[in-house]
Amino acid sequence: MLQYFEKQERIYPKRVWGTFRKLKWVAMIVTLGIYYLAPFIRWNRGPTAPDQAILIDLENVRAYWFWIEIWPHEVYYITGILILAAIGLFFVTSLFGRVWCGYFCPQTVWTDLFIWVERIFQGDRNARKKLREGPWTFEKVRKLAATHLVWLLIAFCTGGAFVLYFNDAPTLLRDVLALDVSTTVLAFVAGLTFSTYLMAGFAREQVCTYMCPYARFQSAMFDRDTMIIGYDEARGEPRGKHKKGDSWDNRGHCIDCSLCVQVCPMGIDIREGLQMECIACGLCVDACDGVMEKLELPKGLIRYDTENNIQCEKKSSNQSFKFIRPRTIYYTAVMAIVGGIMLYGLLNRSMLDITVIHDRNPLFVQLSGGEIRNGYLLKIQNKTQEHKTYTLSLDGLDSAFIEVRAAKGIDSESIYVPADSVGTYHIFVVADVDPAKPRDITFTLKDDEVQDTYQSKFITRRE
Amino acid sequence: MSDDKNKEIDQLSGVETTGHEWDGLKELNNPLPRWWVWVFLVTIVWAGWYFVAYPAWPTLSGHTEGSKGYTQFNELRESQDEIRERQQAYLERFNKASFKEILNDRELYAFAMAGGASAFKDNCATCHGTGAAGGKGYPNLIDDDWLWGGKLDDIHQTLQYGIRADNYDTRLSQMPSFGKDKLLTREEIETVTDYVLSLSGAEQTETFEAGHEIFQKNCASCHGEDGKGKHEFGAPNLADAIWLYGGKRADVFETIYVARAGMMPAWGPRLDEPTIRQLTVYLHQLGGGESDEVQAELIDEEAPLPDAGQYNDAPLEAPEYENPEKTVTPAEEEDAASAE
Repeated sequence: MLQYFEKQERIYPKRVWGTFRKLKWVAMIVTLGIYYLAPFIRWNRGPTAPDQAILIDLENVRAYWFWIEIWPHEVYYITGILILAAIGLFFVTSLFGRVWCGYFCPQTVWTDLFIWVERIFQGDRNARKKLREGPWTFEKVRKLAATHLVWLLIAFCTGGAFVLYFNDAPTLLRDVLALDVSTTVLAFVAGLTFSTYLMAGFAREQVCTYMCPYARFQSAMFDRDTMIIGYDEARGEPRGKHKKGDSWDNRGHCIDCSLCVQVCPMGIDIREGLQMECIACGLCVDACDGVMEKLELPKGLIRYDTENNIQCEKKSSNQSFKFIRPRTIYYTAVMAIVGGIMLYGLLNRSMLDITVIHDRNPLFVQLSGGEIRNGYLLKIQNKTQEHKTYTLSLDGLDSAFIEVRAAKGIDSESIYVPADSVGTYHIFVVADVDPAKPRDITFTLKDDEVQDTYQSKFITRRE
Repeated sequence: MSDDKNKEIDQLSGVETTGHEWDGLKELNNPLPRWWVWVFLVTIVWAGWYFVAYPAWPTLSGHTEGSKGYTQFNELRESQDEIRERQQAYLERFNKASFKEILNDRELYAFAMAGGASAFKDNCATCHGTGAAGGKGYPNLIDDDWLWGGKLDDIHQTLQYGIRADNYDTRLSQMPSFGKDKLLTREEIETVTDYVLSLSGAEQTETFEAGHEIFQKNCASCHGEDGKGKHEFGAPNLADAIWLYGGKRADVFETIYVARAGMMPAWGPRLDEPTIRQLTVYLHQLGGGESDEVQAELIDEEAPLPDAGQYNDAPLEAPEYENPEKTVTPAEEEDAASAE
């Protein structure tokens, strides 16, 4: 009978120790450390802005990253970051393979953490397998319950840390512990708790194999000089069991111990060649190197190397790693351009921007004394953390004067905009001029420190 | 049912085929993961719940209502209630505040301008235009010329009671139809037309003196001896550059011949008082508002005080705490001196 649906084959990765395992622990500690602790870093911005170093303040539509503050219209910096991230991923992948997948992807990191918890309560691969396949005993319930409880706790912290990036972290933490939070916050925490629990506890490698688009297209960045996890077939084959003292003549170095398969979190056999599922974590390398050490054979039967090198060894030609290749050159070029533009933008970010929008209806008004008046909407972005009072002036129209209509009798010499906000004023320009073509005028808004200008028109008749 | 014997493996891909064949092409069987099927089943259950909870099925006379009683009208009503609730906070302050206080408070001012703009487009724009610039016969509300006065209280009264409206307190005046009712001859009207045009800068004609005489006898009682109009009678200023019914000679002639009178409804019975007050502030600030005592006092006000920024709970300046250790009273100073 045809099988249309495939049952998920449970993977029980065996514990392993070695260079790559160490790197994975370091990567996990660094990434999770940043994720959980970064919201608590403080950064003083004065009394008019929050003092959280990394904050996306949705309510007041501001994003903060240490000394950088982004307003909604500056969302192109986010675009820039996304482009840099994408090209950065391509760049790293073309050089070193899927290291993102193996070490830094949240799916990998949390799965790794969950497997670690699993091992603490249930033991290593064989014990876990036995426990799961065995009958339901008190012991089994106790061990599974403990595992799932810790999983849920980690998942809750993950969901909880996420919302900290959008609120003042210490305040929100207090509120969460006091169960005094909004439904939105609760929904996000609950949703992310559930998804973390589900993805890292159960879905695991299924996410990489079936759901993740990056996993698929990263192989398009590979060429023969890309570092990959590779099995040295020429040296390993023909494989077979090996007794101590037996000769290594006329056989390969692989003793078919299957440790490389047992440690693999994706459940694949790397000896079948590079596969789509491989996340390049290198745990099979650690496992094989351990075995080779015991057998007193050279390490590197499975190793992290370029396809060129793994295959060239047969011909014993020169080993090399080429950093400079066409694709690394153009990835670097794109990153340099995008990064340069962003840096230029940030360094030249003005602290005052004005926009003057001419009233559309009516374009001009005839006053009783014969003068002509145009109305404009003046929008002032005060990006500093100080309350400011500006002076508005006009060039290009003799004998014209500016009127401001606003609360508190504000005039063109005392245009007030609170710190870190947009001031909106309706202003009038009155001039005693003859009807003619639209005149070019320039508004200048300034205080002692900054100024900005805006070109506009003064309209005096229907065209 | 296991029939592994019939299992057919595709040579090239090493994948089992379904056994189906079309023109020599065989379909490969790459099984989906089982959880995928579970996700699919969950969506079906979700759809079942949706059918029950929300309006989903058409019936002969409408549709199923759904157990949650959802309609877009209800959703609209809820969001409008929410808006009203938010307005309420301002409304209470707004209703208590005088016009002067409103013009002196950024929040109330913004509240009045926003509410006024919305009410204007709903009620006034039909005649006065969305930009309030009016048209022939419909006064321009953003210039500086007013028939019945452009101070806040004048505007409020006009809005409340209307002009020549069906209301006891309405503003009322009527210019005689000098030509139609044969109060003046055609020649006399032409003469006075030239005179009126000369008030706003047109060249004086030979009949200027005669026109002046006719004007003083017939027009000056309302429009004033100098033709500058009077707000009490809603009599327009004839000496400025603004003409409600056109400023060409033929237009002015026609106005004197048949007389003109526009009509504006009384809004008091139609709109609530807060809305009328919002409209008053909005219209006053739209460009035309005449300065009155309210504004004169405003100019005397001190420079604007800084409002708290968006972080209203954050103090504008760090509070200064007195350091008790460093506070030394004169008595203590003496003690210290004597101790030495």
